[in-house]
Amino acid sequence: MRRLPDVYYLKLIFKNVFRAKLRSSLTIIGLIIAIVAFGLLQTVVDAWFAGSNAASASRLVTRNAISLVFPMPIYYRERMRTVNGVKSVTLLNWFGGVYKEPKNFFPQFAVDHENFFDLYPEFVMPADQLIAFKRDRQGAAVGRKLANEFGWKIGDTIPIRGTIFSGTWTFTLRAIFDAKDDTTITRQMYFHWDYVNEWLKQKYPRRMEQIGTFVIEVDDPSRTADIAKAIDAEFRNSLAETLTETEKSFQLGFISQMEQIILTIRIVSFVVIFIIMAVVANTMAMTARERSTEYATLKALGFGPGFVAALIFGEALMLSLIGGVLGILLTFPLAKGVGIIAAAVFAVFNVSQSTVLMQLACALVVGVVAALVPGWRSARVKIVDGLRHVG
Amino acid sequence: MPPLLVEIKHLVKSYTRGDQKVPVLHDISLEINRGDFIALMGPSGSGKSTLLNLIAGIDKPDGGILTVDGEDITQLSEGELADWRASNIGFIFQFYNLMPVLTAFENVELPLQLTNLSRAERRQRVEMTLSLVGLADRMEHYPNELSGGQQQRVAIARAIVTDPTILVCDEPTGDLDKQSASDVLGMLKRLNEEMGKTIIMVTHDAHAAEAARRIVHLEKGELINDAATA
Ligand SMILES: Nc1ncnc2c1ncn2[C@@H]1O[C@H](COP(=O)(O)OP(=O)(O)OP(=O)(O)O)[C@@H](O)[C@H]1O
Ligand SMILES: [Mg+2]
Repeated sequence: MRRLPDVYYLKLIFKNVFRAKLRSSLTIIGLIIAIVAFGLLQTVVDAWFAGSNAASASRLVTRNAISLVFPMPIYYRERMRTVNGVKSVTLLNWFGGVYKEPKNFFPQFAVDHENFFDLYPEFVMPADQLIAFKRDRQGAAVGRKLANEFGWKIGDTIPIRGTIFSGTWTFTLRAIFDAKDDTTITRQMYFHWDYVNEWLKQKYPRRMEQIGTFVIEVDDPSRTADIAKAIDAEFRNSLAETLTETEKSFQLGFISQMEQIILTIRIVSFVVIFIIMAVVANTMAMTARERSTEYATLKALGFGPGFVAALIFGEALMLSLIGGVLGILLTFPLAKGVGIIAAAVFAVFNVSQSTVLMQLACALVVGVVAALVPGWRSARVKIVDGLRHVG
Repeated sequence: MPPLLVEIKHLVKSYTRGDQKVPVLHDISLEINRGDFIALMGPSGSGKSTLLNLIAGIDKPDGGILTVDGEDITQLSEGELADWRASNIGFIFQFYNLMPVLTAFENVELPLQLTNLSRAERRQRVEMTLSLVGLADRMEHYPNELSGGQQQRVAIARAIVTDPTILVCDEPTGDLDKQSASDVLGMLKRLNEEMGKTIIMVTHDAHAAEAARRIVHLEKGELINDAATA
């Protein structure tokens, strides 16, 4: 009967890891970079999907069936309300203005001030601010993140240079809303569609009473597909046919090329892991070759081939776990940094638990795969052949 | 206990290099008694190491009989042979073959990892054995902090710590200066005389061979004579 391996072996493995200091250090640095890169790329993917997850399942978005750039007549709203299952309808129109400089980009929407925030309970604000926003025709409501970014306070006037709606617009900040949960973006601005419509009436009467999108709240989220179909049926063969979809698919489709980018990011993150796998495998192959005499000696002393393989697997795993854990630890501060830089794009940029688990799994897989060939080879080599490498 | 320890009859061994068969040992017959100290001599390439490796159970013959302490080791499986070596053979190599990341103490402890001894028992044995080879004060030293002679003494300690039946030494003084070599030989001699260890030692050096009780000459894979030393 043999005793189970104890700390003696762990110590042996640990010391072996750091025998060729330069080589181990470089390998570990490579591992750290790969694990960090993998973690950050996964977090980008997560952040992207977090954005679309925030979309409500009980909201539908209706747009012109031809393209988003074509509007629909505002009176559609009355007919939508008559569709079975529709609870309420609000208006949402992309404004596309510039605050001082184009680099200050943030989205602005002209909305139906009366009920817009009723449909978006994820934006929370004090009741008096909401009332003030509704009362002021030039009033604006902005998200907390945006207000903080430009140091705006309630009562400030915010000039916006219109691009689609040319000219300089002045809004008064009446409400600042917070996010109900951390997947909600609060870096955008809302103001009265009526105010914009009024302006159109004066300047471009042909463009008035037209809206880019309707947002619809349904009374039964499980029936969204049917309700969407019913709405589109209502406007079939009319001048502007509609396309109604859930807010989520609307958002995903809105930037569908992003999905290609996400796919690419995913592939790149796994390529990075694949490359580091080759690097660690090379390190382990060199290591095992150099130690063939030691392994042969161990076998001569009575240790089995499995023991030699275990030493190599242990060493590869320890190497990859050291790199992996350091990489994981480094991912958090780096993700924080990236999150700040990319705040305009992502509401959340948090390293998720599943990302950490995937990083850990990658490190383990790298270790195991890297040890496969050298472990198998060293276990199999005949003792006399191993010993002949002496000198 | 019968005096006969190693019995070799018509032992044959060849290696294949590429697709060519290279005969190394032809029809070797040799008997080694318990408590003997044999020097295996012969020119380079004559097959000394090969013969030693066969007796030590780290290589397998192509034919013939090879029994050690009554056991036909040619019939053992790889795993059985490994266990057999762990309890019966102590190895001493020309280049010591110590684990560089382990201290002298840990190197000597290594073969004891394959036994059931407790930590305390292991410690006691290792300390005792290192004292025996005169390295009680070098236990925490790493191999690269020791001279060649000291390293070989650590290797001797590692070889005897499990109290094996046979010590096999392949050119144990081949890498040592004169003084260290004679220390090592003296130690082997004492192990043989005082503790009754059976020793088989391959050497080039006639002076080293004098430490043995008996000298066996190998030439081109054949035993040519067998003389007892004075
Ligand atoms: N594993 C092996 N594979 C192929 N050939 C081998 C192997 N081991 C030994 N040989 C060959 O067998 C012959 C005898 O080798 P061996 O090592 O037994 O000689 P030796 O007497 O110990 O020589 P030396 O004094 O140089 O150590 C040599 O020709 C050697 O090349
Ligand atoms: Mg030899």
